[in-house]
Amino acid sequence: VTDEEQTARIIDPTGAVVDRAARDALDLKDEDLRALYRSMALTRQVDLECTALQRQGELAVYPPALGQEAAQVGSAYALGEQDFIFPAYREVGVAIVRGIDLVEYTHFHRGTRHGGVDDPIGRRFAEVTIPIATHALHAVGWAMGAKKDGEPVCAIAYIGDGATSEGDFHEACNFAGVFGAPVVFFCQNNGWAISVPLAKQTAAPIWRKAEAYGFPGVRVDGNDVLAVYAATREAAERARSERIPTLIEAVTYRLGPHSTADDRSRYQPEEEIEQWRSFDPMFRFRKFLETEDAIDHAFVEQVETDARDLAAEIRAGVVGAPPREPLQMFGWVFSDLPPHLTRQRDEVAALAETEEEQA
Amino acid sequence: VASVTMAQALNQALRRALTDDDRVLIFGEDVGRLGGVFRITDKLQDEFGEERVFDTPLAESGIVGISVGLALGGWRPVPEIQFDGFSYPALDQVISHVAKYRFRSAGAVSLPIVIRMPCAGGVGAAEHHSESPETYYAHTAGLKVVIPSTPADAFNLLLASIRDPDPVIFLEPKSRYWAKEEADLKPNGLPIGKARVLRDGSHGTLVTWGGMVPRCIEAAEAAAEDGVELEVVDLRCLVPLDIETLIASARKTGRVVVVHEAPMTAGFGAEVVARVVEDAFEYLEAPVLRVTGYDTPYPPAKSEAHFLPSVERILLAMERVLTF
Repeated sequence: VTDEEQTARIIDPTGAVVDRAARDALDLKDEDLRALYRSMALTRQVDLECTALQRQGELAVYPPALGQEAAQVGSAYALGEQDFIFPAYREVGVAIVRGIDLVEYTHFHRGTRHGGVDDPIGRRFAEVTIPIATHALHAVGWAMGAKKDGEPVCAIAYIGDGATSEGDFHEACNFAGVFGAPVVFFCQNNGWAISVPLAKQTAAPIWRKAEAYGFPGVRVDGNDVLAVYAATREAAERARSERIPTLIEAVTYRLGPHSTADDRSRYQPEEEIEQWRSFDPMFRFRKFLETEDAIDHAFVEQVETDARDLAAEIRAGVVGAPPREPLQMFGWVFSDLPPHLTRQRDEVAALAETEEEQA
Repeated sequence: VASVTMAQALNQALRRALTDDDRVLIFGEDVGRLGGVFRITDKLQDEFGEERVFDTPLAESGIVGISVGLALGGWRPVPEIQFDGFSYPALDQVISHVAKYRFRSAGAVSLPIVIRMPCAGGVGAAEHHSESPETYYAHTAGLKVVIPSTPADAFNLLLASIRDPDPVIFLEPKSRYWAKEEADLKPNGLPIGKARVLRDGSHGTLVTWGGMVPRCIEAAEAAAEDGVELEVVDLRCLVPLDIETLIASARKTGRVVVVHEAPMTAGFGAEVVARVVEDAFEYLEAPVLRVTGYDTPYPPAKSEAHFLPSVERILLAMERVLTF
């Protein structure tokens, strides 16, 4: 099987349905299709807003998800509320689908907080994770525990193509296979790990790696939100009911830089970017929705308004926001405050008092 | 009162923890059917089943990494790392996640994980089996670091560690595994973070932990024959450090020597010296000295006696301090 033959696709870059049977098998009503479109549009708008906020000096750094909206939204939409999401750091679209407070989430990028999520356990959405592939093991551990509890749920780990080179990716897949952990490894293969292209990351197709761990690997057009949804839904169901993990390779493309601190003109060929712009996930899905008569002008306008409102809400929530009270951080280290930390906290408190007196 | 080894005491503590709390899980390399290479988990899989006590693939980062996920799911993981020298593949998980999750979540999520590992030397082991990694952990904010030296302490501190809402690195000195003590293994409520004065003395203080505790007692007994009374403080926990007990002894004797197996440079002894200097400077009669492993990698087993602090080296250092 070639990679291309293996790649599941329901709608092609022009928006035409290329797999009618798969289209008809989707358990998505028109309102679901609209919800998918809406989340993708919100993701794109938030992404643009955050990039602008960084340029204006309001965010320290921001990793754009531009071009990956279908992969993120389609996969997250396939999950149940009780399935636990373990994101990396570029998953704003996943956060939007899960309903995470985006102001708090963006504070992570401003540098006013760590983690980005107030109640990770309650929301079943782990703190944003920067060390590559490390959270794949957290997903496996959580899934092992859920299996012990007999919960019909799964975990999903969002990783990138670069993550597949890490030892923790191997260990996570291996543990998942050995313990039959209900977990989905969702790999957004966006072609680049900062400046290193996939060909320098691995000599084997990503989806094929699953075979070495004894569970299915699938490859899906990551810019086709319906194909991503279908693949994730099937993998999640297999995890929940049969305790079989799946590795999904969603083939997409990073249309933006690695982060706002990156200069991709040094390595990313302009022709390649142009080519992938023509595979834009938003354009394709909108064409499809128009053909299916699932959306109308009023809906599209409403979504644009909602997206602008959300962006404005984020802007209002982070612009000029002060750093958190510095004394708090001492209480976050341990559940109690041991003597050495008490001493250091008191030092900060005393300094703050002196500053106040001098002011 | 029965005589028990530290290995048996640890096994009893794990059994008790598994009995008291059905969210406690024990896993690692060879901890199931074999009962661990040191038999610390002996028979626990038989008694509690493979869901609670299980073998994992041979992968330390994996062992610690799944602990994070299990803890997020409300479990209390007590993973075993088979040897000190094999703990390094897991350092990323320990430093980046185990130690930081509470902080990163602004206090919302505590991870009650106890990572047990045999540590240190003196048992004639192969290369990579005799290391003293305590400083790596003590230097990492967010970890408690416990290192008992007696069966009763091992029993009670392991129970306290498993009950603790925060992550604990629980170091088990291999040279103490077979040390026997007459001990009634009942929980005594001993908290984490309390040092113990094992021997009273007025002339000088030996501060130590883990495998060097009996060595310091031996040195103090030898000194006593010459009429020199040395106090011996077993820190038992490096984080949180019992500053109060440490400083009280330093102030009392004014002469302090710190003894540990790990290499000297930036070893935890340096932290102890700094604390003593900061908080007891005006009471000190002499510089605070360190007797430690050398700044070399751990030597081959047949040479370890030259590396580990000996009674002779401890007494020489103490003599320098006493005659300063």
